[in-house]
Amino acid sequence: MNVQNLRETYGRTLVELGAENPNIVVLEGDLGKSTMSCYFEEAFPNRYFEMGIAEANMTSFAGGLSLTGKIPFTNSFAAFAAGRAYDQIRQGLCLPNLNVKIVGSSAGLSDYGDGSTHQTVEDIAIMRAIPNLTVLVPSDAIETRKMVRAMAAHHGPVYMRVTRTDLPDVFPEDQDFVIGKPYLIRDGKDVVVFANGAMVSKALEAADLAIANNLSIRVVNVSSLKPVDEMALRDLAQGMRGIVTAEEHSVIGGLASIITYVFRKSGLPIECVGIEDRFGQSAENVEVLFEEYGLTSKHIVDAATSVAGAGA
Amino acid sequence: MRHSDQTKVERAARALRWNIVQMVGPNQKGHLGGSLSIADVVAALYFSKMRHDPENPSWPDRDRFILSKGHVALVQYAALAECGYFSKREFSKLKTLGGMLQGHPDIKSTPGIEANTGSLGQGLSIACGMAAGLKMDGRPSRVYCVLGDGEIAEGQIWEAALAASHYKLDNLVAVLDRNCLQAMGSIVNRFNTNPVVEKWQAFGWHVVEVDGNDVAAVLRALDDLDLVTGKPKILIACTVKGAGLPFAENNVAFHNGSMTTEQFEMARQLFCAEAAVS
Repeated sequence: MNVQNLRETYGRTLVELGAENPNIVVLEGDLGKSTMSCYFEEAFPNRYFEMGIAEANMTSFAGGLSLTGKIPFTNSFAAFAAGRAYDQIRQGLCLPNLNVKIVGSSAGLSDYGDGSTHQTVEDIAIMRAIPNLTVLVPSDAIETRKMVRAMAAHHGPVYMRVTRTDLPDVFPEDQDFVIGKPYLIRDGKDVVVFANGAMVSKALEAADLAIANNLSIRVVNVSSLKPVDEMALRDLAQGMRGIVTAEEHSVIGGLASIITYVFRKSGLPIECVGIEDRFGQSAENVEVLFEEYGLTSKHIVDAATSVAGAGA
Repeated sequence: MRHSDQTKVERAARALRWNIVQMVGPNQKGHLGGSLSIADVVAALYFSKMRHDPENPSWPDRDRFILSKGHVALVQYAALAECGYFSKREFSKLKTLGGMLQGHPDIKSTPGIEANTGSLGQGLSIACGMAAGLKMDGRPSRVYCVLGDGEIAEGQIWEAALAASHYKLDNLVAVLDRNCLQAMGSIVNRFNTNPVVEKWQAFGWHVVEVDGNDVAAVLRALDDLDLVTGKPKILIACTVKGAGLPFAENNVAFHNGSMTTEQFEMARQLFCAEAAVS
């Protein structure tokens, strides 16, 4: 399976967009070689703003640029893009519904070495709760490219969270990305796993593993966390014995919250694979963290087995 | 020395003050103090300095006005209505459900508002981004941004100050409403943000101090700032909080206070007689 880096794709896609649309501008909080906004700087130095380590100013400054017709992309680690600049996103961008794109990089546990300060377990929860804000999480590099293009075409504020981890390709090359739509990645007949980000490929692994248990898992990529087509989610759970959610995020406020809310009257058993209410920490690699925080394919299989039994 | 627009702006400032007082009304709380302190500067901007067109609020080459100290929205509403952006009939619906005039400036609600402000410390960053965007497009527009002296305790102000200087935003003019009172008392006693001149100079800004309630002096200073290039500029407007209303002047109770019926009548007599701007 082809494995790619999402940040790399993000940076290259920004350059493509920059060539197509002179209104695209990029702002960076001194992490350009990590977020990969450095490619845009190389290509379009006059449309690139190094904002220093000052995320609050960067975010409001982007709002000002958008008020002159620019389409700004702000870049930092998710911990700072969503965390430190929360109030600027809320007050300055989302209240007036400005056309600014916020990209939170090295999200989730993916910045394994830097530890809890630089990891995000709650960015999706914070961002989802802000009215007018679109919230997206790509599952691989293919989807990242399509998603970034969709963000630029969409008028309004968008938050996209990007992992640092290289991920296997899972999104069909010939599939369009439409904001709000959940995507069936692999069909199955017993349990549906609603996953996003790195957990989509984990769910595919789980589907392979579950065959041995005589369990057929359907994998759905919920890369749009807001808005999300609830009817489509319901359709994708038709005929299933149970539901599992899988996310590299706290079980509070992210995908688990969405799915339990949407299916609250369905009577279907639901299990949530995600980070219990605690911070991240440093580790030697991201897989060790996924094991520690219960985010492996094995955890998904266990959850799926549990709901399949409960719903039998 | 008189300025050619002095009489017009002085009359406008009186009209703005009456508009502000009317919007609050008797026995109702409102941010009178900080609205009145900066009324002369706001009048100078809207009635002399800024290129803008109430008939065409989105004219791309207009100058922009950002009220970073958004809690004194009253003064901007007063100016916008006086210019004809909307009817003064809206005053009676201030802060009512569905009304055009929200508690803090809101682009989506009110014609002529350029940015959402109210969470203090953010307006200068927005103004910087605007100034940068306008420069990129080669537009002649200037961006004026009014700050409070309590507000500059916000760290983001100084992030913006660095950015404006780094990007040489000489189409940006900040105005610091230095009325020396914050919500809870005097700046010096509560949370001292002085010295201000040296701070802005150290951040790379061109700094001018002026009596912010002297219309002629403000007009001259704003004209002079047009000649300064290569760096952002700030007018330190030394003002009196509550300026024009004797009972409110330098009285912290009127940061967000209410007038008695008698005080409201006094304000009417002070401002109303010749309020209309020709």
